[in-house]
Amino acid sequence: MTAQDVGTGDGSGAGPVETDAVVIGAGPVSLFAVFELGLVDIKAHVIDILDKPGGQCAELYPEKPIYDIPGLTVVTGQELTDRLMAQIKPFGATFHLGERVDELKRLADGRFLLRTDKAREFVTKVVVIAAGGGSFTPKRPPLEGVEAFEGISVHYSVRRMEDLRGKDILIVGGGDSALDWTLNLAPLARSLTLLHRRDEFRGAPHSVEKMRALAAEGRIRLLIGQVTALHGAGGQLEAVTVKVKDGEERLAVNAMLPFFGLTMKLGPVADWGLNLHENLIPVDTEKFETSEKGIFAIGDINWYPGKLKLILSGFHEAALMAQQAHKYVYPGKKLLFQYTTSSTSLQKKLGVR
Amino acid sequence: MAKITFIQPDGASQVVEAEPGVTVMEAAKLNNVPGIEAECGGACACATCHVYVDQAWRERTGKPSEMEEDMLDFAFDVREESRLCCQIKVTAELDGLIVRVPGKQF
Repeated sequence: MTAQDVGTGDGSGAGPVETDAVVIGAGPVSLFAVFELGLVDIKAHVIDILDKPGGQCAELYPEKPIYDIPGLTVVTGQELTDRLMAQIKPFGATFHLGERVDELKRLADGRFLLRTDKAREFVTKVVVIAAGGGSFTPKRPPLEGVEAFEGISVHYSVRRMEDLRGKDILIVGGGDSALDWTLNLAPLARSLTLLHRRDEFRGAPHSVEKMRALAAEGRIRLLIGQVTALHGAGGQLEAVTVKVKDGEERLAVNAMLPFFGLTMKLGPVADWGLNLHENLIPVDTEKFETSEKGIFAIGDINWYPGKLKLILSGFHEAALMAQQAHKYVYPGKKLLFQYTTSSTSLQKKLGVR
Repeated sequence: MAKITFIQPDGASQVVEAEPGVTVMEAAKLNNVPGIEAECGGACACATCHVYVDQAWRERTGKPSEMEEDMLDFAFDVREESRLCCQIKVTAELDGLIVRVPGKQF
């Protein structure tokens, strides 16, 4: 099969990216997988939905201490990420951040075709799913019937600002997303209300200042309270009920942007034809391979008897996965087991010799 | 051991025994209290162990830290008595603590 047979890739006309390995996820275990694959001469492309490497370590607890990484008495999520990025530098992995792998299928020649939500395509010999708890997706406020409004008048991200021109917009939240969109959309909205549960904001101080200035000028309304109900029909929001300090208020709005952070959902992984066990991917404990040959699952997303969701377990899984991946990428080639301490060839790959 | 009562939105209550030193979230998870999800495992990095502390106990459990307040922004139906129970350490003083589980965690 030639590249032309499998589509046009990122639309640049260059066709899909052809590679040995695609690692799905860019958390610590993914990063260490790049290292282990690199030691056995397998180059990898890494794809992650977040706009930065590190996965949960970078998104959920960049500043929190981790005490169970062997050899490091204490390390923060961000520092571990930075250290891993430095450690894998010699292997020149290509990162595709802010992208989600939507499709994965096997081609007639045994390789795999992956397609992201940005229509980028990859053809690869092995796939390593190291997607942790799944993909980070915006939290949906648990309001009755919210699903019906999503994509029509309730939006968790803004794709085209123009679509919101002239609307009566309600933005909910107190972080940077809520503040940034308040500042960006205020000039083109018919009216804009920023609703937050308390009169304190987590966002960048200068954004808070700008927002307060707009509120003082009467160009936006800052309301302290919480949404309790949505009203409208056919997906079109007409009003919301807001619980405020001394009672309730009905607010006429036709667009709502809730920003309540991110949560992890298994997402498209569920549609790739792999066996699943309670939203996890069962693997063997020799190769950490899934029910499909050539597709591996390592880190928090896999399951086997005795599994512990620890970063260090994921590191071990990455090392064993790479041994089997080598068999698929270099069929027939013998893999000599070597130590980085003494092997000239490994040290050359690491750029220390 | 300290006794902690978890009251569900439907009024059902469950009393669990907690060893001083664990968090109220850990006590809930160890005893399979419904409605306490604790997605992040107690890192104060989500808001899925949200509870309402009974008025009589609010003083003894104290106020949320700034970090916890920030994280409470991600909880649903936050009230004056809202806490993330992974941030409440069980002490002998909290023997008899009563908390209510909210109708929904995010």
